[in-house]
Amino acid sequence: MKSGPAVEIINLRVRYGRHEVLKGITLEVHRNEVLSIIGPAQSGKTTLLKAINRTIDDIPGAVVTGAVRVGGQDVRQLKDVSALRRRVGMVAPLPVGLPLSIFDNVAFAPRMAGIRDRHELEERVERCLRQATLWDEVKDRLDSLGTRLSGGQQQRLTIARTLSHDPEVLCLDEFSIAVDPVTTMRIENVLNELRSRMTIILATNLVQQARRLGGRTAFLCGGELIEVDRTEVIFSDHPASRKTYEYVNGIFG
Amino acid sequence: MFQDTPLTRRKQRSEFIAKTLFLLMTMLMVLPLLLIVGYLFHQAWPVLSLDFLLTNPRSGMRAGGIWSPLLGTVYLVLISLVIATPIGVLAAIFLNEYARDNWLTRIVNLAVLNLAGVPSIVHALFGLGAFVLFARMGKSVLAASLTLAIMTLPVIIASTKEALAAVPMAFREACWNVGATRWQTIRHVVLPNSISGILTGVILQVSRAAGETAPVMFTGAVFFKAIREGDLFAYGLFDQCMALSMHLFTISTQVPGVPKAVPYGTAVALLGTVLLVNALAIVVRVRMRSRRKW
Repeated sequence: MKSGPAVEIINLRVRYGRHEVLKGITLEVHRNEVLSIIGPAQSGKTTLLKAINRTIDDIPGAVVTGAVRVGGQDVRQLKDVSALRRRVGMVAPLPVGLPLSIFDNVAFAPRMAGIRDRHELEERVERCLRQATLWDEVKDRLDSLGTRLSGGQQQRLTIARTLSHDPEVLCLDEFSIAVDPVTTMRIENVLNELRSRMTIILATNLVQQARRLGGRTAFLCGGELIEVDRTEVIFSDHPASRKTYEYVNGIFG
Repeated sequence: MFQDTPLTRRKQRSEFIAKTLFLLMTMLMVLPLLLIVGYLFHQAWPVLSLDFLLTNPRSGMRAGGIWSPLLGTVYLVLISLVIATPIGVLAAIFLNEYARDNWLTRIVNLAVLNLAGVPSIVHALFGLGAFVLFARMGKSVLAASLTLAIMTLPVIIASTKEALAAVPMAFREACWNVGATRWQTIRHVVLPNSISGILTGVILQVSRAAGETAPVMFTGAVFFKAIREGDLFAYGLFDQCMALSMHLFTISTQVPGVPKAVPYGTAVALLGTVLLVNALAIVVRVRMRSRRKW
């Protein structure tokens, strides 16, 4: 196991055209911890995650300065973005079943990475679907379309697909926005299972979700990192910033 | 509570009038097609036979069939599509999947749009200048096909782009998120889900290429040419050829004494080719849509 932080963000600034979305964020994510990022809409949570796996490159007009290091390597110096994205899994807010069979959805990333062996693919698909607690529901219809699953199932399928390339860091961007409470709880349980094995960064609108998952919590507001601390501290009566207290208690935002 | 008031009655009446009006206009649209097809078949009936399709025109176009122009049109359409389809589809993939929104792509997009709006007679002149004279192809199947290819290209690009854009962005993002490259994403997710739209766009260009008269008249089609009947390879790339659209123009305006049914028969053959291809496009579309995946 490598030492040092899993993800280091150093004075990260992002602007879209003239509009500055992240105004100098410095943040360390430790190995195998759960870091929740909370903050009101437009606070830059999604942008921060996109900067880590460099999907921000695909946004026209995005200008990035500062550094993001994953496992000590500056992601912006990397030539092979595909390899980076396999190391940093990303779950988007809305569930996306690819228009492929359930099996192919999960086997997609390994195949794109060059794995052809049928046996290995089958083994991997089963493991990831089990981890995402979807296996029992779909094991008899792996050939049916991923897009025909319900929203909650599709979000778990998305998680299975993200796990299929063995990420070291798992980023989730408001995964519960389009799924029912039961699925939300199931996915939170999945995250609790995974937390000993990988680093989890969770951007969420639901402050209680951050509280449930524990670990550390970062409060982002208006593109600035207000504070980051152990989750108990953030949700206590005396976080470092008055603003944090007001946000988590629903007084503003 | 749910009783009719004068207002609801008035609303119901205007609703009824509106709906009837729209329905009427829709029906009105179908009418010309039925009339055209009916009238053509009625007039062409005396000459319609397999023989008519498979024999050359004879006796100064006053007798015989349309084999030579029919085969010419098939050649022109096929060759022009073989040239235009790969260029158009690949360019559209670049424009929709790779190109960033900058001044260069905006110029290209504008050019495509404008090229699609150029009248066919201008394409004809361009083809004459560029292929027949400058490239010294002479009036030939190749020069005419290239001219038709340039004419259909922008529309193929536009329709392909539209088909690609119909694939939700979320699919691409999901693929990129798991480390797929752009090309892998296009190859495995975008193309399989847009191929029916792409093909439909291409096939619909067949009718345009088959119907245009001016471009082929300037660049490759001749007044009369007899070819070996029943030989599918009767034209060479650098031969001049006949074409249905131009043949129809000639026999209906330039040659006196053509029996009335002959031009109508030619028109039926032209329309039949086009409708056949359009029907093919519909079948392709329906078959692919039934496998639609989201």
